[in-house]
Amino acid sequence: MASAAFEEIVEDFEFLEDWEDRYRHVIEQGKAMAPLDDALKVPATKVDGCASQVWLHPTIENGVFHFDGESDAMIVRGLIAVLRALYNGLSVAEVLQVDARAEMGRLGLNEHLSAQRSNGLTAMVQRIRETAAAAA
Amino acid sequence: MYDVEKIRSDFPILSREVNGKPLTYLDNGASAQKPQVVIDAITRAYAEEYSNVHRGLHYLSNLATEKYETVRGTIARFLNAGHEDHIVMNSGTTEGINTIAYGWAMPNLEAGDEIILSVMEHHANIVPWHFLRERQGVVIKWVETAPDGSLDPQSVIDAITPKTKLIAITQCSNVLGTIVDVKSICHAARDRGVATLVDGSQGAVHMPVDVQDIGCDFYAITGHKLYGPSSSGAIYVRPERMAEMRPFMGGGDMIKEVSRDRVIYNDAPMKFEAGTPGIVQMIGLGVALDYMMGVGMDKIAAHEADLKSYASERLSGLNWVSVQGQAPEKAAIFSFTLEGAAHAHDISTILDKKGVAVRAGQHCAGPLMEHLGVAATCRASFGMYNTRAEVDVLVDALELAHELFA
Repeated sequence: MASAAFEEIVEDFEFLEDWEDRYRHVIEQGKAMAPLDDALKVPATKVDGCASQVWLHPTIENGVFHFDGESDAMIVRGLIAVLRALYNGLSVAEVLQVDARAEMGRLGLNEHLSAQRSNGLTAMVQRIRETAAAAA
Repeated sequence: MYDVEKIRSDFPILSREVNGKPLTYLDNGASAQKPQVVIDAITRAYAEEYSNVHRGLHYLSNLATEKYETVRGTIARFLNAGHEDHIVMNSGTTEGINTIAYGWAMPNLEAGDEIILSVMEHHANIVPWHFLRERQGVVIKWVETAPDGSLDPQSVIDAITPKTKLIAITQCSNVLGTIVDVKSICHAARDRGVATLVDGSQGAVHMPVDVQDIGCDFYAITGHKLYGPSSSGAIYVRPERMAEMRPFMGGGDMIKEVSRDRVIYNDAPMKFEAGTPGIVQMIGLGVALDYMMGVGMDKIAAHEADLKSYASERLSGLNWVSVQGQAPEKAAIFSFTLEGAAHAHDISTILDKKGVAVRAGQHCAGPLMEHLGVAATCRASFGMYNTRAEVDVLVDALELAHELFA
């Protein structure tokens, strides 16, 4: 279960052979993402358990999930952009069906979802799922 | 002649690959790798020599006790402590400094007394003193580093007042690599009746240490940075200070007699070693120290000085790298940031993909990061087995990171 926007990224990644190009692409996605409004960078949106600073601001309108996010680390910012493509526009029920690890694995980025990683991707996915579950 | 290739071959992990690349291990400041002799000693201790120490009278208990107690003498030689009874064995510097804080400082310091720290101390040499501040009203006085990261010993000495009871200071900054002239500080402090604690977590790894020459009251080491097992370590305690200490932890081994209403403590240093110790860890540490002394601490220091010069030269050629700490007296420890928006974790992620292990973050040194005005840095810290070629690998990986994040 993944959005069309995420499938587009998967297609782009199929043309990227080495990890440098994949990382370059992820970093570009992060650079292209609109920054999170400073007013939204508050304790409530801060994601704990991240070695870098991460903020996540989810909204649900008419049962459709959306989130904005930001990080002070460029790779994490890029990963947030990829997660936005993965989740935004799905219904809350669909959000809960997404297997984030498997989907990121299609991009060769699942290493960022291992338990030992402290970049906070796991914590972000958990926050997304909790938000959706509360609204479901 | 320092045969670094021979030394590298003594450390099995150095021949492995990481992310498909040969491992370039530059995170020695966090923890060092172990030579085969240490690994063998651990295996042998469990396979052939293991029992509890100081307890039974049976063969294995005597053997384990003898192996374990021999290490006390090895540590005394490593630090030139004068006598093995001046060594308290423990799990590392954190336990060592807490033992001094609880055992010596808490009973001997009062509200208003002062402890002097440098701003580049590791949290292990900060938080135990915060306990005294919070619980007893002891005042912590901070001494700043110069813009190049050096620490003028006179600035520490000038901070001494009639209320000063202790100076607790690192011999080598884990972030900046700055080597502190602890000898001048300790001698001046001693003249003024002020106790001194030297955090040797990094210092003892990179240079020969002589605690009697330094003139400190306490000196703490941690085994896992000294190519030994994790959870091993020791403190040197000057005998007069040992006499002023009360036990920190209570339990077995630190007592002579226990009854319902009375305890008779064991003699020092055993009085400060409660419970079953890290028997095998300490045996491994003894072998690690013998290994280092076998190579020669002066030779290790000279090799690392060469690495420091070479790395300084290569990094200074990258005008987009900003190295924190350029003290004239400096170990081969480099904390840096890259120009632009890349976070320390971004850089370490890319270096990791190239097989280069560095640390990224605050390095357990919050006050120093605040002083430097940086949120986080990457740190490449070299050890006895690193090479100039590995400096080149680091620089190549940094060039890739620079290109990716530009």
